[in-house]
Amino acid sequence: MTALAVETTGLSRRYGRRWALSDVSLGVAAGSVVMLAGRNGSGKSTLLRVLATALRPDHGNARVAGHDVRLERDLVRRKVALLGHHSFHYEALTARENLGVAASFLGRSNDESLLARVGLEARADDPVASFSAGMRKRLALARVLLQDAEVVLLDEPYGELDPPGFALLDRVISELRSRGATVIMATHLVERGRALCDRALMLEEGRLAWSGPAALMPAEAPGGSFVP
Amino acid sequence: MNPFVAALRKDLLLQWRTRSQLVAVFVFGASALLLFSFAIGPNAAALRQFAGGFLWLALLLASTLALADSFESEMAQHALEGLLLLPADPRALYYGKAVANLLQLSLLGAALVPVMVVLYDAGTARVPALLGIIVLGAAGLSAPGTLYAAMTAQLRARNTLLPLLLFPLVVPALLGAVKATSLLILGDPMGQLGAWTMLLVAFDAIYWSLCGLVFERVVED
Amino acid sequence: MGKGVWPFVMAGLGLALLAWGSTWGLAFAPRETYMGEVQRIMYVHVPTAWNAMLVLTFAFACALVSLLRGGWTWDARLEAAIEAGVVLSGLVCIQGSIWARPTWGVWWDWDPRLTTTAVLLFAFGGILALRQFVEDPVKRAVWSAVAVVIAYVDVPLVYFSVRWWNSLHQLQSTPETVSRAFHWPLRINAFGVLFLLVGLVELRARLAFLRREAESAPPPPGRMAEALGGAPPPYGGLSTGGER
Repeated sequence: MTALAVETTGLSRRYGRRWALSDVSLGVAAGSVVMLAGRNGSGKSTLLRVLATALRPDHGNARVAGHDVRLERDLVRRKVALLGHHSFHYEALTARENLGVAASFLGRSNDESLLARVGLEARADDPVASFSAGMRKRLALARVLLQDAEVVLLDEPYGELDPPGFALLDRVISELRSRGATVIMATHLVERGRALCDRALMLEEGRLAWSGPAALMPAEAPGGSFVP
Repeated sequence: MNPFVAALRKDLLLQWRTRSQLVAVFVFGASALLLFSFAIGPNAAALRQFAGGFLWLALLLASTLALADSFESEMAQHALEGLLLLPADPRALYYGKAVANLLQLSLLGAALVPVMVVLYDAGTARVPALLGIIVLGAAGLSAPGTLYAAMTAQLRARNTLLPLLLFPLVVPALLGAVKATSLLILGDPMGQLGAWTMLLVAFDAIYWSLCGLVFERVVED
Repeated sequence: MGKGVWPFVMAGLGLALLAWGSTWGLAFAPRETYMGEVQRIMYVHVPTAWNAMLVLTFAFACALVSLLRGGWTWDARLEAAIEAGVVLSGLVCIQGSIWARPTWGVWWDWDPRLTTTAVLLFAFGGILALRQFVEDPVKRAVWSAVAVVIAYVDVPLVYFSVRWWNSLHQLQSTPETVSRAFHWPLRINAFGVLFLLVGLVELRARLAFLRREAESAPPPPGRMAEALGGAPPPYGGLSTGGER
């Protein structure tokens, strides 16, 4: 049996009176590329944030890259990279400087080739405040690549990107797969997900509604609710 | 790179990039000094006597703006969370920001001194000592101020809550700084400057250690 | 949290003691030589001041335990203690003013202890305001506990700084030394306020605890866990349809 890069047991997280994640138990094999599907508000972002240790579980637990998210948070963080809804940037700094700040905390030197890789070399010295949403996404992607993580969590990465950006992301995911990283990607683009991913997980109202091979993922969650 | 150094560099770079905001805060402080002088009227002796107090009041009010600004950039795109997830040591992030704020407030205080000298006729020959008091007082504002700015930046009523929480807390530092500054301006016949300086040092020592310890609880989930 | 009636008993006992001590002090204790009838306020002022400091120390303890242990119990007690502390500090300041006005002709005499109490009133009042503005109950608990620890550590610093600051001017004394004849009503009132305080704080804490529970949803039913009698469900890839 292959090692599990991610395993959760009864994972639950609430916001006030509402359970965003409700008793989610799943496993993701190391080196696989997994699609995380579900409607808006089904808990995809929350799940990714809990796995990245940005949020703590209220009940249950999770192990990511071999470490417990509650007890070994820093060890998990060293091996996980999150591309989230917030780009983690400093608006007043340039793209190059933002990457440099991240690099300084990672204990590495700045890898400027990453800016070229994501197509930002022309705007590397412009403040991020002047960037469009798509460019910010590219910079966030560069930051994720800089982290060189074992487990990469992508939260709706295709949003805001233009067609060249889509191609870039497809390439990045293939490269991550070929170097053995585990990728979990939350996305609404079902067809793309089926093409790129090995397996799929579907969340519905905070619960795991379906899991299986990506090619077989249903368009609707079992029970008849609509998934676009 | 040492995480504290990385944090300090980041914060100094951010301050440099947003230096026009600091100029605005300085203008705010200088206007406050002007307005305070109107409260006393053109009474040269009274102005001189209360100059120290008004300098520190102006700096205290200006500090709420500067401290709140220091976390604007961290919260806009969740940059602080991004650093914590790398992972970055929260204590290093705190001390980097607190030291950067200390430098900024010291600069602000030093810049307000000439304004005070002109408006209140309140100069001193002991300039190094005055600068020392400014740094110690700014340190007293910066340590709890950075902690509370991090907290209130995550809330809706941030502009009201930061002064509400900070002002009662920094009373000892304010008293120490005001007394010490007044003694430098008006003369210190009984040699009390040392005692007030010690109070400032004690306040700073306690709060620079305590706030660094609890910062993680304030910024992590 | 507990459900017994002992807080009501304590509060009732406290009120009774307070009635006894106050009547004795206000009506029957000997008149103080120098300050006259006004001095009688000490029978209420001193017990209030002692208990204000006591409840704020209790708040500090609750904050530490809440930070170390988590859970709603100690956060509820913290909320109750902060509120009681604010109320008592406010009372101390009002009583101090009532005493100062006929004695010194001014409403406020900058006495170090009174001034420290005023600073504490604002500090803890600010923390109550903080609690109002934090929506997430867990963050509210952690942040207000941190704020209480920070504010409490400040108390000796505030006291000494105000005392040094005030000593440069003529020190107007508050009646610290109370002669023997006055001790008993003072002690009775002190315990009266204490018992009343303990009862009310406990009741207020219970209310806060219930509110915390109402704010947070109960744990979700783990259906798979129920079905398998508590064993962890198998990992991904097995279910191909239907809610688990």
